[in-house]
Amino acid sequence: MTLELKNLCKTYTDESGENTVAALSNITLTVRAGEFLSVIGPSGCGKTTMLRIIAGLEQPTAGEVFINGEQLAEPWSRVGFVFQEYALFPWRTVSENVEFGLELKNIPKQERRRMALEYINQFGMGGFENKYPKELSGGMKQRVAIARTLITNPSIILMDEPFGSLDSQTRNALQEFLRDVWQTSQKTIIFITHNIDEAVFLSHRVIGFSRRPGTIKFSLDIDIPAPRDRTGSEFNQCRKQILGFLQQESMADK
Amino acid sequence: MNYLKKNSKLLFPLLLLVLWQIFSSSGYFPPQILPSPLQIVTGIKELLFAGLPPGNSLVLHCFESLLRVSAGFAIALIMGVPLGIMVGRFKLLRNMLTPVIETIRPIPPLAWIPLAILWFGIGFKSALFIIFLGCFFPILLSTISGVLSVDTILIDAAKTLGATEKKIFLQILIPAATPSIFTGIRIGVGIGWMTLVAAEFTGVKSGYGLGYMIMVARDIQRPDLVIGGMAAIGLMGYLLDAGLRMLEARTLKWR
Repeated sequence: MTLELKNLCKTYTDESGENTVAALSNITLTVRAGEFLSVIGPSGCGKTTMLRIIAGLEQPTAGEVFINGEQLAEPWSRVGFVFQEYALFPWRTVSENVEFGLELKNIPKQERRRMALEYINQFGMGGFENKYPKELSGGMKQRVAIARTLITNPSIILMDEPFGSLDSQTRNALQEFLRDVWQTSQKTIIFITHNIDEAVFLSHRVIGFSRRPGTIKFSLDIDIPAPRDRTGSEFNQCRKQILGFLQQESMADK
Repeated sequence: MNYLKKNSKLLFPLLLLVLWQIFSSSGYFPPQILPSPLQIVTGIKELLFAGLPPGNSLVLHCFESLLRVSAGFAIALIMGVPLGIMVGRFKLLRNMLTPVIETIRPIPPLAWIPLAILWFGIGFKSALFIIFLGCFFPILLSTISGVLSVDTILIDAAKTLGATEKKIFLQILIPAATPSIFTGIRIGVGIGWMTLVAAEFTGVKSGYGLGYMIMVARDIQRPDLVIGGMAAIGLMGYLLDAGLRMLEARTLKWR
């Protein structure tokens, strides 16, 4: 499913209405169906704001979002969101968390339980279905969160630094896991990260945001065939280019 | 030493009772001012088997008081939780209601007794109203603060999974606020229980109620029965809270 952003702008105004902060400025972007797009850029440059607008959690100040050429009133029927903080419901077990979206669609209990177990097993979490989130490690929590999103079958998945708070080993493992999930499901994914290695390993294309207000200043297509070797020369070439952009961006107006 | 540590819950109160008995038996505490523990035990037996007024057993007084608290508490819960969730969720409502709530809240429930009697007469309805006031504000305020402290990311996550505002209420706000609501319930029941007994001092129609029983004991100048009634109030309050804590631990095992 194609996603198009046209001249998206977002300005925040405080309660007094006097102070404004421009978060996003004139974002125009087309994401192809099945594309894995990573977004990098300095902290506070509006990357998250862009995802929140696509997900319908916030309204843009100007500009439009089209999904398959349609402007959606309720984007969340098509768009899934995975948060850095996992955002699991602590009062629900693993299985109940995964079932949440199905419950909202009034799928019968037995059926949704069966589907959830399928995902839980496939995600290597068999036996944990009745545990509460507090009993899980960070990596497991994020797998549950991804399962909870995937099970509702969204066409587009937005991921906001999903692996940002994991240690590097777990992180690598989850990157490979996500790559496999993406290869089998062929979802469109927009993935925010601060980790260059991660962006190169996973993406078709990496775009870079400028400092606030965020605009798209950089774009790099990555054609390295899978499986990608993190130590290969092409891989390093891509890393170098992205790093160059980030350095230049952090030097700008300092 | 280990034995002492394990049984400190029982041993210390027991020590106090023994000391009390010794002081009483040796004549330091005159029985008409402070009866001895043994005299009180005899008094409690009298309350249980003979009753006060004769025929009205302590068990029935406890039962009637418990009934009043449960009824007042139930109304407070049914009103306090939904209202608290709305006030916590909607800022406009919060801005409008906060000054009203914060002005009525500091008024002790007992200060309402004259009005309650004027409105509802002496009896069940008045007591219910006073209990309700005692329970209502802790439940309301804890619910509001519970909702305010819900991580907004959970609401966002629910939205992106397709939750409507109604589902967010039922599936996110209520469970997320439950620990806080439980705190409010425990405080509310405690205050309600204290308030009830005081409310019964002003009179009951049915002839039952711990507060009423204590007033009767005062009228016939029986401090042993007064203290027996007080002990029953304390014990019932303790059991109520213990029951609620058990329920809490069971409901909130995800914490």
